[in-house]
Amino acid sequence: MLRRTSPVIPGFGMTLGFTLLYLSLLVLIPLAAMFVHAAQLSWADFWAIISAPRVRAALKLSFSTAFAAAMINAFIGALLAWVLVRYEFAGRKVIEAMIDLPFALPTAVAGIALTALYAPNGLIGKLASDIGLKIAYTPLGITLALAFVTLPFVVRTLQPVLADIPREIEEAAACLGAKPLQIVRHLILPAMLPAWLTGFSLAFARGVGEYGSVIFIAGNMPMKTEILPLLIMVKLDQYDYHGATAIGVLMLVVSFTLLLLINLLQRRIIKT
Amino acid sequence: MLIRGLTFAALASAFIAGPVAAAQTLLNVSYDPTREFYSEFNAAFNKHWQAEGHPAIKVQQSHGGSGKQARAVIDGLPADVVTLALAGDIDELHRIGKLIPENWQERLPQSSTPYTSTIVFLVRKGNPKAIKDWDDLIKPGVSVITPNPKTSGGARWNFLAAWAYAKQKLGSDQQAQDFVKKLYSNVPVLDTGARGSTITFVNNQIGDVLLAWENEAFLALKEEGGDQFEIIAPSLSILAEPPVAVVDKNVERKGTREVAQAYLEYLYSDEGQRLAAKHFYRPRNPQIAAEFSKQFPALKLVTVDKDFGGWKVAQPKFFNDGGVFDQIYQVQ
Repeated sequence: MLRRTSPVIPGFGMTLGFTLLYLSLLVLIPLAAMFVHAAQLSWADFWAIISAPRVRAALKLSFSTAFAAAMINAFIGALLAWVLVRYEFAGRKVIEAMIDLPFALPTAVAGIALTALYAPNGLIGKLASDIGLKIAYTPLGITLALAFVTLPFVVRTLQPVLADIPREIEEAAACLGAKPLQIVRHLILPAMLPAWLTGFSLAFARGVGEYGSVIFIAGNMPMKTEILPLLIMVKLDQYDYHGATAIGVLMLVVSFTLLLLINLLQRRIIKT
Repeated sequence: MLIRGLTFAALASAFIAGPVAAAQTLLNVSYDPTREFYSEFNAAFNKHWQAEGHPAIKVQQSHGGSGKQARAVIDGLPADVVTLALAGDIDELHRIGKLIPENWQERLPQSSTPYTSTIVFLVRKGNPKAIKDWDDLIKPGVSVITPNPKTSGGARWNFLAAWAYAKQKLGSDQQAQDFVKKLYSNVPVLDTGARGSTITFVNNQIGDVLLAWENEAFLALKEEGGDQFEIIAPSLSILAEPPVAVVDKNVERKGTREVAQAYLEYLYSDEGQRLAAKHFYRPRNPQIAAEFSKQFPALKLVTVDKDFGGWKVAQPKFFNDGGVFDQIYQVQ
């Protein structure tokens, strides 16, 4: 039996139409243009470009550093969100405002500042190199830059969710004899998890495509610290538009697959 | 209806006519280190142009990496003239953009390069690693800073200069390749552009020697007051020829051919040449060059056209995918 309920606020047709038009102009058509461009390559050429050793090394580097940075932010970000939501302390408003700074700052500025600090002669880099740790110009430095740029995602997605968990539930659980760890495991974590995954995937997706901050701290050594977006720029500098779009398509497909998987995982979590 | 239409037409024509009558504008799309030079040159040209009885001209400048700027013009940036780092980038305006004829380089004197530069070494004050020539750059323990030739026009000159030196000293292509391979194994960071490398060397204090355009090296020296760095001229280097061209398709559409042509020709005038020298570019005019001979050490210079067969040969051989630069980074 099909049951049609008309919503209280009318305007479905118009809003959907606008949404589709807007998405087409801003997202779908540019991305489709990229596929059309790449489609001018034969399958063999396309494969030759994306399976070149340098591209494969960059693919591994880009996705592993973005994943590491997103993981770091998943934990540190959750901690930050918890502290900001649960405790009142002097300077909370200042920290609250600082969280968004990585979004406001031009990424190149962030890259130059981080490099100056973490380079072998920099303030922190010097200390690190004393104990034999190289940060700038290694994958570690790239991860650091990505962790900086994607910091706000997890914090900002978790904050409202944490604020919405009523204290009474925790108190009730405690009254019923639950230990703090049990409260976290059975009450807080399940409530957090969907938003947590959203924050994680946003940070991850942003990290994969980040260019401005990374190129300064990466060192850009072939096979070692070249990220995929840099290889796209390299191709463009040779006026090799097809090669550049081929790598673009590769990034898009891998990112889309990963995000889709995370989305499916999220649905399963919400259902259970 | 008719009246409304007429009013609209009048309004529209007022808007369209307005800016043209007020001041003609010219867009000069250039690369990074020419900013200071062209802002002074534009003022001088404007004076000269008005003295010849023309209305004032407003010259707008755009600066960025040479390759990126060329792509912007191909993609539709309405440049009247381009003044880029290498002829290879302007060639693409013909090959991909169809904006200029193939023989663009023959249209102005000296292969359309009114000023030149070369590649020199910038070392730390006192030259602690005693770097005198290209041989010193492949010694173990010497750290060399140069940008990635795949993304930086300037870095391609660096690479070719090192190659020319090795080829002349050692003889064969294979030996030259081994030489540059050793050199690049001393490079800890490959920045994407010349400015990035300068930051790495000057601000982050990384490396013993920076391979730099002569004009950039002088500029860095001027800004630092000369107590942190010094310039070393190697025994052999390359004549870097940054060319200029009128973008035909754009000036025809905008009706600015006459002034665009005059603008580029003025680069060859005595005043234009002196301004170039003032901003550390080597002037083409021998008399003006003689005036500044103290500033520019005499060097043995190879050229891309004579020694490498031009950019059309050098670019694919050395820098495109699979070229010599890629080979020296291949894992054995």
